[in-house]
Amino acid sequence: MKKKKWGDVCLFVLLCVLMIAFLTPIFFVVMNSFKGKLYISDAPFAFATSETFAGLTNYRNGIEKTAFFTAFGCSLFITVGSVLVILLFTSMTAYYLTRVKGAVSSTLYYIFVFSMIVPFQMVMFTMSKLANIFRLNNPPGMIVLYLGFGAGLSIFMFCGFIKSIPLEIEEAAMIDGCNPLQTFFGVVLPILKPTAITVAILNAMWIWNDYLLPYLVIGLSTKYKTIPVAVQYLVGSYGAKDLGAMMALLVLSILPIVVFYLACQKYIIEGVVAGAVKG
Amino acid sequence: MQKTLKRYFPIFVLPTLIAFAFAFLIPFAMGVYLSFCSFRTITNARFTGLENYIKVFSDRDFVNALWFTVKFTVLSILTVNVFAFGLALALTRKMKGTNLFRTVFFMPNLIGGIILGYIWQQMINALLLRYETTLVANAAYGFWGLVVLMNWQMIGYMMIIYVAGLQNVPTELLEAAEIDGATGWQTLVKVKIPMVMPSVTICLFLTLSNSFKLFDQNLALTAGAPSKKTAMLALDIYNTFYGRAGYEGVGQAKAVLFFILVAVIALGQLVLTRRKEVEA
Repeated sequence: MKKKKWGDVCLFVLLCVLMIAFLTPIFFVVMNSFKGKLYISDAPFAFATSETFAGLTNYRNGIEKTAFFTAFGCSLFITVGSVLVILLFTSMTAYYLTRVKGAVSSTLYYIFVFSMIVPFQMVMFTMSKLANIFRLNNPPGMIVLYLGFGAGLSIFMFCGFIKSIPLEIEEAAMIDGCNPLQTFFGVVLPILKPTAITVAILNAMWIWNDYLLPYLVIGLSTKYKTIPVAVQYLVGSYGAKDLGAMMALLVLSILPIVVFYLACQKYIIEGVVAGAVKG
Repeated sequence: MQKTLKRYFPIFVLPTLIAFAFAFLIPFAMGVYLSFCSFRTITNARFTGLENYIKVFSDRDFVNALWFTVKFTVLSILTVNVFAFGLALALTRKMKGTNLFRTVFFMPNLIGGIILGYIWQQMINALLLRYETTLVANAAYGFWGLVVLMNWQMIGYMMIIYVAGLQNVPTELLEAAEIDGATGWQTLVKVKIPMVMPSVTICLFLTLSNSFKLFDQNLALTAGAPSKKTAMLALDIYNTFYGRAGYEGVGQAKAVLFFILVAVIALGQLVLTRRKEVEA
């Protein structure tokens, strides 16, 4: 018995060490974001001293050079907009594909599912040219594209759940005089809520962090940069010169994610597990 | 009911289908066609048959990238899954602090690839500063940097999937094993691992496809430096499209090959590990 207890203590210590190792990169960036930009490469692992402390200068520079708050707003608009649009339209499509049996439905379903394994590189060139021709190269256009890219996974997940809903509930609603839209929004959609949360989290995670799609479609030249694009832009043009602003920008980019994660941890972890198990 | 719903096709399906056509269907079909063409923009294509594919196989960068990607993928699948499974075992012992550990280990997964890449670029450069060298001085640094980064990002994610799997192992089975006098190791190998095979399937699939298709982290950490030696397939395809004028067709052919590789590997792995799953 005593031996087992010792084992647990050792394990606990080991986990603590690992946890500190996991947090080191984040501490490192935070620590350096408060140092003068010329001092960072002198002693990158030292705390800021009174000589090297730069206060919020780096943050001011980083925010100015990338218009960070505009980028934040842009990321927020695209992510929230896309997630809402994805939830609404893909749940409706999934409902139709599950309830209307036939060759059309099953073909469409398999094409949607197929799109999940196709790597982005396969379509990136043609898709971005097409997006330019049809003027989708703006934040609302991005939402349309994300609906297209998010459709595979979302429809797959919604279909899996809708199959398990007994038909009788919907038939009762229909007999009571509901048309399909009323049945869907009044009866089916409320039952879909747990899956909807999972779908929302999975999509929000990749859309918020996505770099290539907004970079290729919107580009660097407009003011509609998302956060990953803004980070790449700053580092590409000022990176070597202003390490301070870069560190500050990295901290600013992580901050919203960490806050959101700590606030909705339960849903995020459950959503990720549910998504992985069904996917 | 089906008949009434069928008339609502334009409302229920059409919006998604139109967006899907713009984002995926049309670009995919055009992509396949254009891989047999010579073109600068998508409107001036000229059919050239298999010329692009022949160029791909004589392209040393592509072969290098393929080799680099395979090495990286194998190594990260092994390391990520071993560490994640170990952590999952540790975190299912009902110890103090389990929630805190889980929270911290999972967090890096939510940070985007570009930002992750730059955080590690700065960290590794700071470490290498002592030896007066940098991340881009040697391809080996870039390779190991990417492996470390991938572990940092993926371990927590795979860990929570394994935790969920381990929690679903029926306690009767574990008790029966204990009564039969099984050692901890025997319980692990004969009971726990066979019972979590569905989680193993999922985790292998996710680490495989995420490592093989890695782009953002690769771009941010080294962007392929030194001299394209650390470029993975996705980055090589990107560079072929946007870095060399006149090579758009070759880029598209590489993308088609990349797609076929991903599809074959992913499906093959799913079939292989599904066979090893057992019923409770």
